[in-house]
Amino acid sequence: MRKKNGALMLITALVYVFLIGPLLVIAAASFSETKALKFPGQGFTLEWYRKVLTMSSFISAAKLSIVIALAATAIALLLGLPAAYALNRYKFRGKETIKTLFLSPVLIPCIVLGFIMLRYVVNLYNLEVIPSLLIGHTLLSIPYVMRVVTSSLANFDFAVEEAACSLGATRVYTFFHIVLPNIKSGIASACIMSVINSFNNVSLSAFLTGPGVNMLPIEIMSYVEYHFDPTIAALATILMLATLGVMLLIEKTLGLQSVV
Amino acid sequence: MSRTKNAVWLLLILPGTLFVILFMLVPLFSLCLTSFFPDQSFSLSSYFRLFGDAYFQQTFMRSIRLSLLSTLVCALLGYPTAYYISKFSRHKGMMMAFAVFPMFTSPVVRSFSWMVILGKRGIVNNFLVWSGLFAKPQDLLYNEFSMTVGFVQLFLPQMILSLIGVMDNIPDDLTLAAGNLGATKLGSFFHVVFPLSISGLVTGSVLVFTGCMTAYTTPQLLGGTDTRVLSTMVYQYAMSLRDWTQASVVAVVMIVATMVISSVFNSVSRKINPMA
Repeated sequence: MRKKNGALMLITALVYVFLIGPLLVIAAASFSETKALKFPGQGFTLEWYRKVLTMSSFISAAKLSIVIALAATAIALLLGLPAAYALNRYKFRGKETIKTLFLSPVLIPCIVLGFIMLRYVVNLYNLEVIPSLLIGHTLLSIPYVMRVVTSSLANFDFAVEEAACSLGATRVYTFFHIVLPNIKSGIASACIMSVINSFNNVSLSAFLTGPGVNMLPIEIMSYVEYHFDPTIAALATILMLATLGVMLLIEKTLGLQSVV
Repeated sequence: MSRTKNAVWLLLILPGTLFVILFMLVPLFSLCLTSFFPDQSFSLSSYFRLFGDAYFQQTFMRSIRLSLLSTLVCALLGYPTAYYISKFSRHKGMMMAFAVFPMFTSPVVRSFSWMVILGKRGIVNNFLVWSGLFAKPQDLLYNEFSMTVGFVQLFLPQMILSLIGVMDNIPDDLTLAAGNLGATKLGSFFHVVFPLSISGLVTGSVLVFTGCMTAYTTPQLLGGTDTRVLSTMVYQYAMSLRDWTQASVVAVVMIVATMVISSVFNSVSRKINPMA
């Protein structure tokens, strides 16, 4: 028993080195004084952080990525929440079809979604870059909202809503004061997952960004093609710290278990 | 009364439904249509042309081969890890958090980290030269090896988490009972724990496989020009060559191949798993 335990522990340790190690390597390399990115580096400097935080291309790309992620999540919520509510609350035919429809964007490979968006939506309606990105990222976010909100509504007892209504509350009042507070942690975790997913997305944005308007992951990828210095390592470290911050926030408020 | 209720649910689902239909379903339909009707009449010529092309054949087979290989490696590494975390670890919450962290980290960052590690002057090549195994640095990047490493690191957390989810639901009493009835530790593992965890293994495998088949960032950053996969091929046809028809056909093939192989995984698991 002990021996088997030991072997399993060793494998687990190696797997975690494989999962986390590369990220630590980047973080360490971001402080190196050498111009060419390498690990182990030499010396210690914050020069690359100064450089990346003053590069306007990265700053504007980061801003756009954050704005699109938040806006797309908000739109997805506006479209998905009422639908999820209707699916749980009312009886009508074709429920499964509607549910599948809302979950379907996740089944289509992002790279294909980007391609068909570009060919049959953006080119067809002559959309600008920003609306195209918004539509595309909203499509990405809808399944997250649908999945999480339907499962938290499934745990909600609609008798409570009936009670409020029979006591004289209007439907709308009941929704905002009775239903919504009960599913808010579900909504919060759906939003967080959707924002992270949208922020990290590459394949969809690769098709939809235009000249001069770039999302952060695409900006990083094109920088990496021509440069190999610790600037990207510094940026990556900043992103990882942000990820860590978000995870701590989730753990403190919702518990990590609720989002995975 | 029922009429007004009908109106309410319709009003609630309509905006989202229209959005998905207009921006995803219609484009998807148009994609299939143009790939089957290249010049106004039904024809499979685009498909025949594509499958007759040696370059496409190689790319197609490479996509499937690398995805299957990565899925296998993820299963082999993920299973013992998940088993340890679920049944033995005293720091389960923390272990799971450390599995989630890379999942939340940008795939660009994660693929980029392998460019640093596997590069000509990276830590692995330094070790190979220093240890005397090789006289000079090896080409570890921009080939199928680096792509597989990237895929495995990208999707291993999903495998681990799906397995933990299933293993947590296997009561310890079962293995205890098997032991009391005379089963050896290994026997009770293979006859009790493993059969009950197959569903998690399948869920994880489908996630990893579809992930690898459709991933774009990792093959783009860690693959070379002669190791393209389906996703980078769609992008190349569409954006570099502006050959919309070929890009559409590759996209359809990619969706179909991914779905077919995933459903094969699922049906095989139903056959070997009596609990499903």
